[in-house]
Amino acid sequence: MSKNNCCPPPEPETSCCPPVKDGTECCPPAQSAEPCCAEVADDRPGYKLWPFVCGWATASGQQIPKVATRLTATDIAGRWQMRWGFGRTRYSIAPGLYAIGTPSGDSPVLVTANYKMTFDILRRDMFGHDAWILVIDTKGINVWCAAGKGTFGTDEIVRQVERANLQDVVKHRTLILPQLGAPGVAAHEVAKACGFKVVYGPVRSSDLPEFIDSGNKASPQMRRVTFGLVDRLVLTPVELVHMWKHILYSIVALFLVGGIGPEFFSLSKAWSRGGAAVATGIMALLTGAVLTPILLPWVPGRAFAKKGAITGLATGFAAALIFATTLEWLNTLALIVVTATISSWCAMHFTGSSTFTSPSGVEKEMRQAIPAQAAALLVGALCWLAAAF
Amino acid sequence: MTTPRYIENVASLKLDEERCIGCDLCPAVCPHGVLVMKESKAHVADLNACIECGACVINCPVEALTVKKGVGCASAIINGWLTGEEPNCECGGSC
Repeated sequence: MSKNNCCPPPEPETSCCPPVKDGTECCPPAQSAEPCCAEVADDRPGYKLWPFVCGWATASGQQIPKVATRLTATDIAGRWQMRWGFGRTRYSIAPGLYAIGTPSGDSPVLVTANYKMTFDILRRDMFGHDAWILVIDTKGINVWCAAGKGTFGTDEIVRQVERANLQDVVKHRTLILPQLGAPGVAAHEVAKACGFKVVYGPVRSSDLPEFIDSGNKASPQMRRVTFGLVDRLVLTPVELVHMWKHILYSIVALFLVGGIGPEFFSLSKAWSRGGAAVATGIMALLTGAVLTPILLPWVPGRAFAKKGAITGLATGFAAALIFATTLEWLNTLALIVVTATISSWCAMHFTGSSTFTSPSGVEKEMRQAIPAQAAALLVGALCWLAAAF
Repeated sequence: MTTPRYIENVASLKLDEERCIGCDLCPAVCPHGVLVMKESKAHVADLNACIECGACVINCPVEALTVKKGVGCASAIINGWLTGEEPNCECGGSC
């Protein structure tokens, strides 16, 4: 790779600056908000360079990897892969100190998790800013979950501060932590152990530039967790993918049980009754795990199990109306009851994806909902079986 | 945008206002505006919004706050019931 050539041909893996929209050459040093391309990140013996490393910063005799703030196709593909739960459960990067832009001894230090999706979003949101990023080892788990578990925690932060010789890299003694890391960190303990004062930044990294520019002041909005439509929607696929084994077993079981009738077992019955049951199950699943999350704020009730049951009753009734001419009453009853039950169960599990449910609340709703769900499932199954005779 | 409300009168958060030294950290770490500063003391303004994440408790330097900390996740709690372990969000993926 030539040192003079600022941007190697746009290979998404290695190019730190993809062509700019307005057609200007990718990065003349004076125009670039990101001076990373002036240098080329070279490989080192025994190390494999991450694609997002685009240069090196030097501080107190250490060489610190500088990272690009533009995401490549690979980063985005990796994010989709995680959202859909395809093929990987680990998506982590090496913990340690990284640089964004051309940070100095006065630049802020941002602490984050080593979940790559988190790291990608942080560096993207810090476009055009100079900062140090201290990535701590959370075993590839996002900040909030890791903080809940304690892996995004006081001891790990202190360990990484010392490992990076942070006291020699920066002149100040302040760490900016994501607010959602707070459940795992005792700010006063960090200060005691390593001399760095913890300042909690905003919940969302997109507010970080504003937070830093205003002298580490967060507006009340920056401090609040929300749960908008997009937040809810991006979390639905992984829930479904997690259930695929159960779904597969259930489909097989439904076809088998569907064949049972007065003639003991009939293939045509297995096909028609089993098929109808599988279709019902899939509709119920989508109602509970996708439709209910989308409609979450508008479906009546506080308990997610109740919300799921209500949407399930609605789709169950709708399906019963559509097939009213072909369904006898037992099958109709089974269709509605089972749709509501499965939808309720799936919606209840969406509590784990939501941002506003307390463990005490979830426990309370489950103690009420699970016995009701079990009873309803039994009633629905018996109606369906009885309809065969 | 307002966040939906969840089940009421269950949150286990307790604040001992006597102990509070008014360091202003708990309102900063609370993701749901449960705690506010009132006459330089912390004050529980919206207990029913509490998700029992424990951020305020661990960051309180004088142990004025207590909570039964946990994750509001059905799978994690069911897992906890089945295994007898503390519920946590290691249910695979990114939670």
